[in-house]
Amino acid sequence: MSDVHTAVAGEHTRHHAHHFESAEAEFDACKQGMWIFLVTEVLMIGGLFVGYTLFRGMNHDAFHEAHKMLNVKLGATNTVVLITSSVTMLLGVTSAQRGQRSKSMKYLIMTFLLACCFLVVKYFEYSAKFHHGLLPGGNFTNEELTNPRSSLFFSFYFLMTGVHAFHVVVGMGLMAWLMKRTANKDFGPDYYTPVELVGFYWHFVDLVWIYLFPLLYLVG
Amino acid sequence: MTSGHTTAVAAHGDNYLNHSKGIKSWLFTLDHKRIGVMYLFTVLSFFLLGGIFALLIRLELWGPGRNIMDAGTYNKFFTYHGAIMVFLVVIPLIPAAMGNFFIPMMLGAKDVAFPRLNLASYYIFVIGAVFALCALFFRGADTGWTFYTPYSIRTSTTVILVVGGAFIAGFSSILTGLNMIVTIHKLRAPGLSWTRLPLFVWAIYATSIIQVLATPVLAITLVLLICERLFQIGIFDPKLGGDAVLFQHFFWFYSHPAVYIMILPAMGIISEVMPVFSRKPIFGYKAIAYASFGIALIAFIVWGHHMFVSGQSELANFVFSLLTMFVAIPTGVKVFSWVATMYKGSIRFNVPMLYALGFLELFTIGGLTGVFLGTLAIDVHLTATYFIVAHFHYVMVGGTMMAFLAGLHYWFPKMSGRMYPEKQAVWAFICIIIGFNLTFFPQFILGAEGMPRRYWAYLPEFTNLNRLSTIGSWFLAVGFGWTAVYLWKSMFKGPKASANPWEGNTLEWQTPSPPPFENFTETPIVTMWPYEYRASKNYPMTTPVQGSGKGVQ
Repeated sequence: MSDVHTAVAGEHTRHHAHHFESAEAEFDACKQGMWIFLVTEVLMIGGLFVGYTLFRGMNHDAFHEAHKMLNVKLGATNTVVLITSSVTMLLGVTSAQRGQRSKSMKYLIMTFLLACCFLVVKYFEYSAKFHHGLLPGGNFTNEELTNPRSSLFFSFYFLMTGVHAFHVVVGMGLMAWLMKRTANKDFGPDYYTPVELVGFYWHFVDLVWIYLFPLLYLVG
Repeated sequence: MTSGHTTAVAAHGDNYLNHSKGIKSWLFTLDHKRIGVMYLFTVLSFFLLGGIFALLIRLELWGPGRNIMDAGTYNKFFTYHGAIMVFLVVIPLIPAAMGNFFIPMMLGAKDVAFPRLNLASYYIFVIGAVFALCALFFRGADTGWTFYTPYSIRTSTTVILVVGGAFIAGFSSILTGLNMIVTIHKLRAPGLSWTRLPLFVWAIYATSIIQVLATPVLAITLVLLICERLFQIGIFDPKLGGDAVLFQHFFWFYSHPAVYIMILPAMGIISEVMPVFSRKPIFGYKAIAYASFGIALIAFIVWGHHMFVSGQSELANFVFSLLTMFVAIPTGVKVFSWVATMYKGSIRFNVPMLYALGFLELFTIGGLTGVFLGTLAIDVHLTATYFIVAHFHYVMVGGTMMAFLAGLHYWFPKMSGRMYPEKQAVWAFICIIIGFNLTFFPQFILGAEGMPRRYWAYLPEFTNLNRLSTIGSWFLAVGFGWTAVYLWKSMFKGPKASANPWEGNTLEWQTPSPPPFENFTETPIVTMWPYEYRASKNYPMTTPVQGSGKGVQ
């Protein structure tokens, strides 16, 4: 019995908060927390997907017509960019886990740059839409599209890609933080929780885009 | 257990209240107990504010026409009352305040899984509250707490601030839920298996699942509403091709489960108080635990019963009405289990038990009238009348607040290290029970007779019942005020409490009052379930056992 006490009251390793039994227990708890957080993200963005599905059903022709205004090539480029960034993120996590600090740093920088690249492409897409007056709801001024409900498509387009782009920006902030901590030599085989968790987050952000791309650009 | 591990500090009366000093040691604390206490005081101050609005609303309804305010102000006041009480009081009250303080203690843990996140959720809550209350200094909000579109898009009041505040406070709720789930999974003391968990822990677990799954949907809904006002996105605006009823669907997809965020933790408290004061093992431990999850599950598939008259299809109405009836099953399981727990028990009528009995009476009325309202044909008659108002106040105040007060008195000795004055508390309890029934029972009759809710003026024949209700609200105010005063006084001057004044079995009673900085002087080893009570004896969860089994014959 008393063995358990001493284990709990025993020495703390460097990265192991006092209220956890072991570094492993802490890592498990953090992973579980991150998974739950991602579930909340799915439900939040799920609201938009439900809304999109409903309105697409109610205004099928308008949505079909409007989706043709999106640039499939740019969308496809961004899909490739994000999938690649998921690969580099994965490599970054693995090298952090193996204690290869400079390699991990290199992959984190690559992921960061790919995220930048995504946002630049998105910027060009957005400005083209602004230029043509393809704006949400009441701000819609485009005259090419005759169906008055087309504006709703762009409401969803901007909301969904906007929420996604916000997550990309947050991901970039997290990546910058990881780079700083990697430079500080905070991570190694015995502690790489933040890298792993940001990895989870980043894959989730990619996954959302993998749904958004066909839904908005291809199927309409 | 009795070996020399007991640290010297604990022996010298070191506890979480005097472990460190100064305002900063509170504002930047990572101790779940202090965060729980901060939540408690913050939420109770909002309760005072929401209560003042309630009293003013009731005062305005003293007579049929104008009494103390004009119709516009009245609309704002009932909106503030509702929004404050729902988002800033009843939702965080038990999970964030009591849950924070007692879940780690009941688990035999030193803290929650993510203490910094815990502090962050407190501040997110405060920021959300400040945001929402800022609206008071601008043009307010007059939409009701439900923010129904399209009115909430068109009104000239500062809806964005209130909605934004609810949005921000929502994240606090999500993060608290997340923290609780991980804590319950990962930080249980040795020997504390799932079927040995106290029922309060089960209840908070079920609550947290709802918080985590439902609140994000509210978040996106409120974002859409804000975008609607800022950018005319048209999704909820029929003028631009949108669907105003979709807002109601989204809103109630959160807000119906939110009702169970409010009641499940209350049921958890009752499940703790009943066996302790009945001196009998809880009846139907597993049934109560699973019923919490049954309620949480059904919570997500009944939202349409708020929209029977919103132009839903008849089929949808029929299905939602049917599903709503299912809520009564797990709820009934719980109520019968509590009653069966008391049966042939040696009941001690201390104040926590009185409130638990108050809960049982009032919540049952609230719950059964909920079944009326779930019945399609009756609901069409009663929708948006005072019957609804009475129903949900019987659940929210009669249920959640009674259970909260039961919990507050039950755990007060643990939290403050002092006892409350029993006699005064009994009188305050009587005052609250009379006041509550006087306030809300007449509203059932008013509603059945057709008085609509949220109206500033009413027909002269409703005057007497409205006056009764207003007088009741004063009794309630006196009862709550009195309780606040004697608890505040005894927090500093009450007689010192022993570690386990109620002879409870759960782990929080197996440590000094108030608890030491890291809760236990040594990690407890759990050997049995929490509800082994006898008329004159009890077996704490850490009772050393010989051999196997529960260890008690």
